[in-house]
Amino acid sequence: MLLVVEQFLNGLQFGLLLFLLAAGLTLVFGIMDLVNLAHGSLYMMGAYFAATFVAWTGSFLLGALMALGATLVLGIVLEMTALRHLYGRDHLDHVLATFGLILFFNEAVRLIWGPAGLALPLPAWLTVPVPILPGIYYPAYRLAIIVVALLVALLLYLGVMRTRIGMLIRAGASNREMIGALGINIKLLYTLVFGLGAALAGLAGLMQAPILTVQIGMGENILILAFVIIVIGGIGSIRGAFLAAIFVGMIDTLGRAFLPNLLRQVLSGAAASTAAPALSSMLIYLLMAIVLVVRPEGLFPASRR
Amino acid sequence: MKTFTVSKVVTALMLAGLVLLPLYSHLTGNIFILTLFTRIVILALAAASLNLIMGYGGMTSFGHAAYLGIGGYAVGILAQEGVGSGFIQFPVALAASAIYALVIGALSLRTRGVYFIMITLAFAQMAYYVASGLARYGGDDGLTVYKRSDFSGLVNLGDRVQFYYFCLACLLGVVFLIWRIVNSRFGLVVQGLRSNEQRMQAIGFPAKRYQLVCFVISGTMCGLAGALLANNTDFVSPAVMYWTRSGDLMVMVILGGMGTLFGPVIGAVVFLLLEEFLSQITEYWALIMGPLLLLIVLFGRGGIMGSLGRSGRG
Repeated sequence: MLLVVEQFLNGLQFGLLLFLLAAGLTLVFGIMDLVNLAHGSLYMMGAYFAATFVAWTGSFLLGALMALGATLVLGIVLEMTALRHLYGRDHLDHVLATFGLILFFNEAVRLIWGPAGLALPLPAWLTVPVPILPGIYYPAYRLAIIVVALLVALLLYLGVMRTRIGMLIRAGASNREMIGALGINIKLLYTLVFGLGAALAGLAGLMQAPILTVQIGMGENILILAFVIIVIGGIGSIRGAFLAAIFVGMIDTLGRAFLPNLLRQVLSGAAASTAAPALSSMLIYLLMAIVLVVRPEGLFPASRR
Repeated sequence: MKTFTVSKVVTALMLAGLVLLPLYSHLTGNIFILTLFTRIVILALAAASLNLIMGYGGMTSFGHAAYLGIGGYAVGILAQEGVGSGFIQFPVALAASAIYALVIGALSLRTRGVYFIMITLAFAQMAYYVASGLARYGGDDGLTVYKRSDFSGLVNLGDRVQFYYFCLACLLGVVFLIWRIVNSRFGLVVQGLRSNEQRMQAIGFPAKRYQLVCFVISGTMCGLAGALLANNTDFVSPAVMYWTRSGDLMVMVILGGMGTLFGPVIGAVVFLLLEEFLSQITEYWALIMGPLLLLIVLFGRGGIMGSLGRSGRG
C-alpha cells in the first residue's frame, strides 16, 4: 500500500514535470509550427543555471528564480538570433538546425562547466518527509514539485484561455497571416511565446536537478519523452499535453516499479530480470505507437485543424 | 554524357578519389586514412539508403539508425553463436532489417508529416532499449565481434584494402540500384506520391503499398551498412541505434543534397571529414559543427549538390 501510494505520487510528479517541458514544446509547435529539438537543451541549461546560481547565492529559491530568468533570456536570444529565421521552413530544416543547436549547447556546457556532472543540494527545509496520509510520508521536495507544477499548469491555462495575450496566442495559432494583418506585432508575440516555452523548460530542468545529477545530455532523453507526449496528446493542444504527460509519467514510473514483479510471476526469474528493464523503458514508446496507429492525429487533436 | 556540369565533375572526382584511396594510403603509408574512409563509405551507404525514402519518397525517417544496429547485431549475434560465414550472416542481417522495416513501415505509414518523423523515432528508440536489454549479448556495453564475416576465401574482410573495396563495391552497388529504382516505373510512382499523394491515389495507385515497398528496400539497404559497420569496428552496441545517429544520417543526406543520386555520398564524405578535421583542431569540435549546421540550413538550400547546380538528379 505504502509503495503503491508512493509510486503513484512519483508518477504524478514525473508526469507534471514532463508537462512543463511538453507545454513549451507544444506551444512553440502549435503556434510557430516549429519543431524544436533544442528544447531539451533549454531544460539542461535551466538545471545548470540553477546549480550555478544556487551555489553562488547560497539560497535555493533565489538561485532558482535567477535560473528561471536566465533561461527566459536565453530562449529569447535564441529565438531572435537563430530560430526566427526558420519559421515557415520545412520541418526537416527545423530538425536539422535545432539538432545543430543541441550539439552546440552540449559542447558549450562541456566547455564552461566541464564534463563532470554537477549536484544541486536541497535546502534542509525541503528534505523533510511530510505526512500525506496517516502513517505515509512523502519527501517535501517532490510534493513541492507537484504543487508548483500544478500551479503553473493552472496559470498557463488561465493565461491562454482568459487573458488578452492568450487570446492573441490562440489566434496566432489558428491563422498567423490574419492576426498579422489585424495589426498585431506577430514577431514580438512569437518571441514571447518562445521565451515562455524556454522558461517552462528551464523550470522543469531546475526542479528535476536536485533529484538527478545535472549532466550533459540530460535534456535529450527527456526531450524524446516530451515529443512522445505531444504526439500522443495531439500537437498544439495544451490540454492534450497535460493529460498525456500525466499518463506517460504514470505508465513510465509504475511500469518501472511494478513490471519486474509482474513479469516474474509469468516468466522464470532470469528471463524476467532480463526482459523487465528493456520492457519498462519501451512501454511509453509502445504506447505512442499504439496511439498513433489507432488515432494518427493524437488523442486530443487541437480543434483548430 | 551530354553536358558537363560542376556537380558531375565533382561527383566523378570524388568517385575517382574513393577508388584510388588505397593506392594513396599504400604509397604514403597512411593507414589511418583508409580506416577513416572505410567508415565514411559505410555511413555513405546508410545515408544513400535514407535518401531513397527521404529524398525521393518524401518519407522522413528519424529512426534510420535502427537498421545499422539490426544489421550489426545480426552479424554480432551469429558470430557469438559460432556462425561465422558471411554467406549466412549478411542474408540474415538483410532479412532482419527487411522484416523490421515491413512491420514498422506498415504501422508508421498510417501517419504523415511530423507524426511520421516521431513514430519512426519512437520505434528506433524501442529497438535501442531492446538491444540494451540483451544481457546475453553485452546489453548496454555492446558486443565484441571477435571474428569478421568469413566469405570462404572469396574476399577477406580482415584485410584492410580488401575490406575497403568490399564496402565501396556495396556502396556503388546500392547507388546503382537506387538509380535503377528511381528511374523505374515504381520509382516514378513513389516520387509522384511525394509531390501529390491525393492525385496519385485518384489516378488509382495504391499509395501506401508503394511507399511501404520503398520503405522496406531502404531499410534493407541500411541493414547492409549495419552489417558492414559491425565488421569494421569489430563491435556493435546499442549506441549505434541512438537517435543522434539517426540525426547524423539525416544531416549527411541534407548536407549533400536530398533527392540527388550522389548527394548523400558527398554529404557523408564532407560531414565525416569535417568532424575529423574539427576534432583535430579542437576538442570542442561540436561547438563549431552545431552552428555550421544551422548556417547550412539557413543559407544552403538544396545541400552541396543544390549549390553546385542541380543536375545530379536521377
